[in-house]
Amino acid sequence: MATKETADLPLRHDAASRFVPYLIAVMVYLSALALAGAMVIGGAVGGWTSGLRGTLTVHILPNPAGNAATEKDIAAVLALLRAEKDVASAKALDEAASRALLKPWLGSTAAAPGLPVPRLIDVTLKSGAQPDIDALSARLRKAVPRAELDDHRRWLGRLLTFAGSLETIALLVLVLAAAAAALAVIFAARASLAVHKRAIEILHLIGAHDTYIAVQFQRRAFMQATMGGVIGLGAAIVSLLAMGKLFGGVELFGLSQVRFGPLNWLALALLAPGAGLLALVSARLTVLRSLARRI
Amino acid sequence: MQFPTVAIMESAKKPEPIASATSPERAVVRFEHVGMRYGAGPEILRDVNFTLPPRSFHFLTGPSGAGKSSLLKLLYLDHLPSHGTIEVFGRNVAATPRTELPAIRRRIGVVFQDFRLIDHLTALENVALALIVAGARFEQVREHVAEMLRWVGLAEQIHAKPATLSGGEQQRVAIARAVIGKPNLLLADEPTGSVDDEVAMRILYLFEELNKMGTTVLVATHNDKLVSRFAHPRLELQDGETSLLPPVRGS
Repeated sequence: MATKETADLPLRHDAASRFVPYLIAVMVYLSALALAGAMVIGGAVGGWTSGLRGTLTVHILPNPAGNAATEKDIAAVLALLRAEKDVASAKALDEAASRALLKPWLGSTAAAPGLPVPRLIDVTLKSGAQPDIDALSARLRKAVPRAELDDHRRWLGRLLTFAGSLETIALLVLVLAAAAAALAVIFAARASLAVHKRAIEILHLIGAHDTYIAVQFQRRAFMQATMGGVIGLGAAIVSLLAMGKLFGGVELFGLSQVRFGPLNWLALALLAPGAGLLALVSARLTVLRSLARRI
Repeated sequence: MQFPTVAIMESAKKPEPIASATSPERAVVRFEHVGMRYGAGPEILRDVNFTLPPRSFHFLTGPSGAGKSSLLKLLYLDHLPSHGTIEVFGRNVAATPRTELPAIRRRIGVVFQDFRLIDHLTALENVALALIVAGARFEQVREHVAEMLRWVGLAEQIHAKPATLSGGEQQRVAIARAVIGKPNLLLADEPTGSVDDEVAMRILYLFEELNKMGTTVLVATHNDKLVSRFAHPRLELQDGETSLLPPVRGS
């Protein structure tokens, strides 16, 4: 005796829904890359802010009177800073270190002895200290007019705005991919409803609830989308690993320092069941809405 | 051979309770000044009035195009009337929420004129579907469904798909599906149209047996010869209105 392996509605054979797994695979692939990008940028932003929090930099322009005068300026600034109650330490970079910092931009010219370079003082604040930056800056300028205090706010602010824009774009890609996937499922469900109109009518007339019919559509949509999601996710992981190998050594705003942790991988892994769930809900609502037009 | 539905119903899930159950003597069906039209077309039914008491057996007769199938559509809740009131099992159909209609439909067995079998399912699966939509599991009802199919003479066609069955065989599958759940109301639209006289009589005897077990039966037919062999009253449909006529046999 045969068992009932046949679904009431032969949705597996629908030509209209065959493209769904492939489309979902592409959407999940794009979403995974966008999400990974957003997480990398988020990680880098975290690195920047934590790295710069609690530090200040003082630039001292070269004194036209010569190196000795510049060294005098540095000593005056160091003395003033070390007297501040919020400063934990203040350390001047020697001239060679300052020239080394300019080397990526100026090349070997930076090492030319005749080229005047600004000197830098690295200031570390005490834990939890929140000094009045404007007042401190004024005191420094009064003591040494060529000293400039930089709390990195302007630089960091621009970078954060840029990073925020990238994250917004990544989020937009995610939303658009989800919308495209949902629309594909809705289109496929509507086409299947039309193809199986007669069988659905029969089920209806022998007493099937709308949900009995909807479950068959949502199950099919879930399976297709999850399958597509797994394929897309697999391809995205391969791409991300390949990108990590190719660009891992390239230093760009500290991005190479960002590491993918278990939570990042988990967020990516959730895209496949997420796509399945989205398809399930889209198919269910489409079918229930369509059936509700009948008596 | 014993009609096999009693055992089948014991294994199937109990039907969902209807909010306001009918009292024992309340009409199973009541039509009051019912009219019906398709879209903006002309009225197929103009002023239909009748009641079907519990455990009654009626033939629905009338010339072709009189609206017998349309009247049955109203009865099996496929359409709503354009005017008038229809009560089925004491429920005003138009006022019943959509979510409660499936429970009413499950109490109605319908033999459609065009059989309405699902093409890709076997005869066994088509018949079992009537119980499965009510919550029964296929494994639970498989044997009983097979017994029903054997009873209607389809022992060899249990696993056949509708496309491989003759018109008469498809009709018997449709009948088996309609009666498998021992419905409170059985509606049949030309159920003997595709079978020979002997099978037609056998089908009517099956309906009579169900009727004796408490099912209210309404059979739409224009087979006067068949109608004359049974002592059941007729609902004659003509010009969009019904009139109750006595049985042909014995009248």
